[in-house]
Amino acid sequence: MTSRTRQIVIALAVAAVLAALPLWGSSYWMRLGTFMLMYGVLAMSWNFIGGMTGYPSFASAAFFGLGAYAGAIAQKHGVPIALAWLWAGLLAAAFASLMGAALLRLRGHYFAIASLVVAEVLRELANAATDLTGGGMGLNLPVPQLASVEAQARFFFYAMLALAALNFAAMLWVMHAKLGFGLRCIQQNEAAADMLGINTTAYKTAAFVLSAVFVGSAGAIYASWVHYIEPPDVFDVLYSVKPIVMVLLGGAGSVFGPLVGAAVFLALEELVWRNYLTIHSGVLGLLIVLLVLFLPKGLLSLSSRLGRRLGPSSS
Amino acid sequence: MTALLQLREVGRNFGGLRALSNVSLEVQQGEILGLIGPNGAGKTTLVNVVTGVHAASSGTIHFDGGEITRLKPFQAARRGIARTFQIVQPFPEMTVIENVAAAALFAGAARGIAQARADAFEHLRFVELGAIADRPARSLTLAMRKRLELAKGLAMKPRLLLLDEVNAGLNPAEIDLALGLIRRIAASGVTILIIEHLMKVVLNLCTRIAVLHHGELIKVGSADDVVNDAAVVEAYLGKRYAAQGART
Repeated sequence: MTSRTRQIVIALAVAAVLAALPLWGSSYWMRLGTFMLMYGVLAMSWNFIGGMTGYPSFASAAFFGLGAYAGAIAQKHGVPIALAWLWAGLLAAAFASLMGAALLRLRGHYFAIASLVVAEVLRELANAATDLTGGGMGLNLPVPQLASVEAQARFFFYAMLALAALNFAAMLWVMHAKLGFGLRCIQQNEAAADMLGINTTAYKTAAFVLSAVFVGSAGAIYASWVHYIEPPDVFDVLYSVKPIVMVLLGGAGSVFGPLVGAAVFLALEELVWRNYLTIHSGVLGLLIVLLVLFLPKGLLSLSSRLGRRLGPSSS
Repeated sequence: MTALLQLREVGRNFGGLRALSNVSLEVQQGEILGLIGPNGAGKTTLVNVVTGVHAASSGTIHFDGGEITRLKPFQAARRGIARTFQIVQPFPEMTVIENVAAAALFAGAARGIAQARADAFEHLRFVELGAIADRPARSLTLAMRKRLELAKGLAMKPRLLLLDEVNAGLNPAEIDLALGLIRRIAASGVTILIIEHLMKVVLNLCTRIAVLHHGELIKVGSADDVVNDAAVVEAYLGKRYAAQGART
């Protein structure tokens, strides 16, 4: 079995298990599952630009909020829900290709700070454009005409699952394609990559667009799901920070790292929040620091480490 | 013979510093041209200007009949200009074969990653790194990294190969190995411009030698011409020594 076939088999198994969640899960688990898939999309998307290309982007919140508002406004004007989600993804992608031309000239900390500012600017714009976005009053979305609350929960869960599956397929394809090879070269040594004939500007822009398109759709699905959005909610800087933590937690640049990171992060967040209500962000932060310190290559590196210790000469 | 690479009055300034001024130089198809000069003479700058890392401040550069003065590095690479770095630049976390496959895929003739790996393995065998193809590039010794640079350059299927001090820091046995490789590359029809400090290598290998000093080309000629040229001796050893040499 080649590595790619094995990855596809594992992914299908995980998808099947997740798809069965509505059969037994309470509405609490459905909510958690939908969030996990959404975080998974955010983390997998960040993996394109941050993990594979090595550009520490903090622009996820900008794409998420832009997608949320694009989808919400489209739905308000009577666009069917699925089309609104698609349009939100495409708008985020177009926005990323424009932003990328300017931002991707910067490297390292400078790129990180510049990408962080994008969400802040969009939030202020959303606040100011009261006619379009409702400004600080927020925006109400039409509630889908479905039989029950459970049916609604199921609908948004499967929507997020479908988006995550698409995102995963795109990531797997890129990783095994010429594009992913080129991105890894850029991550390791951009000057040398340029000298080998890689059009670094085009490749980096492609990675940035890929890091935006699914996040934009995720924002739109989120908006439809919660029925109400406001600027500080969807342009929250945490939508930029959490995906990075998840990817580092799981293993940057790897296939399953982002998903594992998203699941573990969400589990930690829930457990810590339940048990340490007053100091939960402190405890969560401490856990993350410890994990990153002792497992710099992420949780997935545990398996190969254990394999080396237990098995006789595995490589 | 026709000129493969042609520089016409090329200059490059860094602020007030003239790193290159009015350099006119032709590299003929099939030759091995040595580029020598004291530290800071502008040798690496010349390579950087040809490959598009730095734009020329003045003058024009032609390659294979077309102008390349304003090309970016990746475009120059696709036209058939490969270079090795004085300070080696591998992709450290990739394996040796992946390093070379990248060159074959993006600038060479390979179609698809599988073929690029196959091509890469041939080039690794040529530079005698075939046995360690699957090791991470960061684990290589300096001599191996220099040969890896050579393999990457070759995988790009270049018409012109610019070698920036591929022998610096190697021991005599390693230098002999590298020399043999460079000769075989030249024999396969690749034109070579080599920056080198070791006169043993330069005199041994090159058909012609160009000398840079303070960014100016002070001499182009055969090995004998260059070694006996008063201006060249002066550039390396100072005026007094040059005067002594002239008396004897």
